[in-house]
Amino acid sequence: MSTTHRPAKGRRDFLKAAGCLTTAALLRRGFAWAQASKIKIGLMLPYTGTYAALGSAITNGFKLTIAERGGKLGGRELEYFTVDDESDPAKAPENTNRLVQRDKVDVLIGTVHSGVALGMVKIARETGTLLIIPNAGAAAATGELCAPNIFRTSFTNWQTGYPMGKVVAERGLKNVVTITWKYAAGEESVGGFSEGLTKAGGKVVKELWVPFPQVEFQALLTQIASLKPDAVYTFFAGAGAVKFVKDFAAAGLKAKIPLFGSGFLTDGVLEAQGEAAQGLETTLHYGDGIDTPRNKAFRDSYAKAYKSEADVYAVQGYDTGLLLGVGLDAVRGDVSKKHELIAMLEKARIDSPRGAWTLSRAHNPIQDIYLRKVVGTQNKVIGVAHKSLEDPAHGCNMKKT
Amino acid sequence: MSGSLEFLVQLLNGIQYGLLLFLLASGLSLIFGIMGVLNLAHGSFYMVGAYLAFWLARDIGNIWLAIPIELAMVLLIGVILESALFSRLYHRDHLQQVLLSFGLILIFEELRSIFFGDDVHGVPVPPLLRSSIPLTGTLSYPVYRLFISGACLVVAGLMYLVIQKTRVGMMIRAGSTNREMVQSLGINIKLIYRWVFAVGVTLAALAGMIAAPISSVYPGMGSQILIICFVVVVVGGIGSIKGAMISALTIGIVDTLGQVLLPEFSGAAVYLLMAVILLWWPQGLFRVA
Amino acid sequence: MRIGRLMLMLGAVCVGLMPLTGATFYVQLVSKIMILAIFAMSLDLLVGSAGLVSLGHGAFFGVAGYAIALLSPKYQAASLWWTLPVVLIISAALALIVGLLVLRTSGVYFIMVTLAFGQMLYSLFHDTKLGGGSDGLYLYVRPTSSIAGYQPFDLEKPLHFFYFVFVIMLGVYVLLNRVRVSPFGHALAGLKVNEQRMRSLGFPPIPYKLGAFVLAGTLTGLAGYLAACQFGFVNPEMLSWHYSAMVLMMLILGGVARFHGAIVGAFAYVLLQEMLASQAVFGAIAKHWQLGMGVLIVLSVLLLPNGLTSLLDRLSRVRLRQNS
Repeated sequence: MSTTHRPAKGRRDFLKAAGCLTTAALLRRGFAWAQASKIKIGLMLPYTGTYAALGSAITNGFKLTIAERGGKLGGRELEYFTVDDESDPAKAPENTNRLVQRDKVDVLIGTVHSGVALGMVKIARETGTLLIIPNAGAAAATGELCAPNIFRTSFTNWQTGYPMGKVVAERGLKNVVTITWKYAAGEESVGGFSEGLTKAGGKVVKELWVPFPQVEFQALLTQIASLKPDAVYTFFAGAGAVKFVKDFAAAGLKAKIPLFGSGFLTDGVLEAQGEAAQGLETTLHYGDGIDTPRNKAFRDSYAKAYKSEADVYAVQGYDTGLLLGVGLDAVRGDVSKKHELIAMLEKARIDSPRGAWTLSRAHNPIQDIYLRKVVGTQNKVIGVAHKSLEDPAHGCNMKKT
Repeated sequence: MSGSLEFLVQLLNGIQYGLLLFLLASGLSLIFGIMGVLNLAHGSFYMVGAYLAFWLARDIGNIWLAIPIELAMVLLIGVILESALFSRLYHRDHLQQVLLSFGLILIFEELRSIFFGDDVHGVPVPPLLRSSIPLTGTLSYPVYRLFISGACLVVAGLMYLVIQKTRVGMMIRAGSTNREMVQSLGINIKLIYRWVFAVGVTLAALAGMIAAPISSVYPGMGSQILIICFVVVVVGGIGSIKGAMISALTIGIVDTLGQVLLPEFSGAAVYLLMAVILLWWPQGLFRVA
Repeated sequence: MRIGRLMLMLGAVCVGLMPLTGATFYVQLVSKIMILAIFAMSLDLLVGSAGLVSLGHGAFFGVAGYAIALLSPKYQAASLWWTLPVVLIISAALALIVGLLVLRTSGVYFIMVTLAFGQMLYSLFHDTKLGGGSDGLYLYVRPTSSIAGYQPFDLEKPLHFFYFVFVIMLGVYVLLNRVRVSPFGHALAGLKVNEQRMRSLGFPPIPYKLGAFVLAGTLTGLAGYLAACQFGFVNPEMLSWHYSAMVLMMLILGGVARFHGAIVGAFAYVLLQEMLASQAVFGAIAKHWQLGMGVLIVLSVLLLPNGLTSLLDRLSRVRLRQNS
């Protein structure tokens, strides 16, 4: 009752408190343990700027795969960490670092812009994090800078330009002017086209460059008119593609000089381009109207889920989910089994809406490149420009495991 | 197309670009020259004008009705900003003006992101002006670009009339040379400053509005054009409308021809021009006394 | 004043001991902040001490970064001990040339001409093949500190890199403070207040301003070198006026008159940005962090024209009054 009881009470209180805290700490660790069973996916894509629509389409495609598998890959749920890379190479290493070091993601997925992707590749090489590129076509990612933990489910810029060179030359259009943005993707696309063109007996009369991401083409369109080439080949994507196609038509060039491009010129942007895009022919590893049940099913479920038409970017996002699924299923969701995971990914054969494809030794898709023509609001596939095209992967010294 | 014809067309392209720059720069030159305020957010008003054009073209449809409404909106925003923020900075140093306006740029960009999202959008050319004039066998010139040049010339003419031939213009010119004297003569200099600011930024918005169909609206468009705008103002001489016109045309032509002749250096060429001119005429070509 | 100085020393100790928390991400973040602090301090020499507001200072930052990226062999480490002096000399030379040209102007024209030079160099790096174009250039291996086989520290380790930058930052701080109280610094201060009078006293403005410009350019080059090493990546944005304006922002946030203002400003700006952009704190609106940042900048210009360190002064003055 008096002071003699107090110390005992105090001690009891203390023990009670200590007990509570310990239990709470253990429980928290328990919760943390339960949390850790989610696989951490880092999505670094553009959600602002000229490639914003592409970033959304890729994300939608990826999430569609996951939804189709009941929200789990390899038996585990996914936790997403998203970063808007703004298509800005300047911030690429920092943004990637944030995902890898701070959020500690298990898998990195990104991105659209080739310059940004190279930043991600650098960090992925340094840290060994698994990186899957769902769009950026920079040759170096599966070329000079290839690595076991870097995969690509899309294309290389060379792959989409090379077949067009042959197509153009075979039609007797030998003197061509090229015009594109001056950055890795533009240079490589034009490079692939030039290679294909010269091999088939044609010649690039002049190469015109626009600083990225400028969309003021008036001076260069005037120059094209004065050069009077047999044809023009271009690489632009997103909003740049919209503007160029419209400006080309407004300058009266569409009627006089045939315009060709890699498929990005007309993918996902047809509605905005309208009349100006009709009849344009492009080469790409996907097109509307690919008449297979797989493609039809994909397009239907995409349209139902997102109330918009699927495009090549959505397919690439979807295939990223498929590829990751193959790997994670094989290792039962245990991301620490890197070696096994990579081996499974390399052997994967993806049954994609674009047609089945496998990976080259440099981890880039070996796939058919279609020739497409704009009819109405669709890029109708009118033929195959090149079957099972494999990117040469210059400079990649990786041996297949 | 012969070399000389191509040159003429490129010249036309350059003049059109230059006239647009003039519209943008004239507002900045007025604000800068008469009030001594360095406003980095001037480019943001260009963006505001462009986005308003995009929005109203989408929702109202009739662009001829949309323009006066938009101009009135921007005028109001200009008046509010001047009374709330910029009027406090007249006696502060340039560094603080630079920074306050830089903060405004960030705010404008984010508001744009919240209201309009982050995609790039095209703005349709008004149906009346959609045709192209054939110039040669291969090249046609869009009528809309001629319209832009015409509109800029009209505004330039109006500005000249107001500043040189009206009482208000006289007060403005007086205010730029000697603020205290004007005040002691009983003229409300504060009111003049407020309206000069509002009109200046409205001119920027007008430039954005008419340029929107040919430039597309996109995040960061304000910052891009801002730098060139400053170059025009400084080369022409701060406060001089005549200087702004001449320097805008020069820079428009240099930039356009540069893109064709020296594509890799066209970007640097404009700044080199500015640096060279400033080193010989440290206060611009037509400095205001 | 003692309270202020005590707080600063406490701050320095905290920063120095920060790596003990272990989180690599934050060690790298603070390294980045310290590099920006060096940039900000050298800019403060121009803005605060000499009254020259330069919007093109990023050019020295970027050129130095490109210099080390271009000097380093592709997959090997260059030696720290010769690349660093060489890059510093390049920065100083560039600052000398640019300075001789831009110092012919003053006031707002000075701001514009520095902007022009900055943008000109930016365009050169962005549009031409000089440095990999708009995609930038990579530095795959950081410079090594080994001399004849002995390696005192390894810059590839985040911890070593952190302390390397920490020591340099403190060194620059001490150096700049020494300069400020030296006869040279006093002359600069006088020129800032009244150039005419100083001229009549026999102090020609150009040599002093040029000296400040070159010193500032060289120290910024140092920051650029470190920045390139940190992320192994340089790109034209480092030279843009946006970057220069951002650093000016740090100065006004921290306080222009004192060099520790630059350090405080750099920490405040970057940490604010991290916090505002953090989804953990702000959830969905974190995407629009620039709005909050813009509002804070506007408010700080209006309400705190002398920066956060002026708050520090007010605090010490209050304490002093209480004690007496």
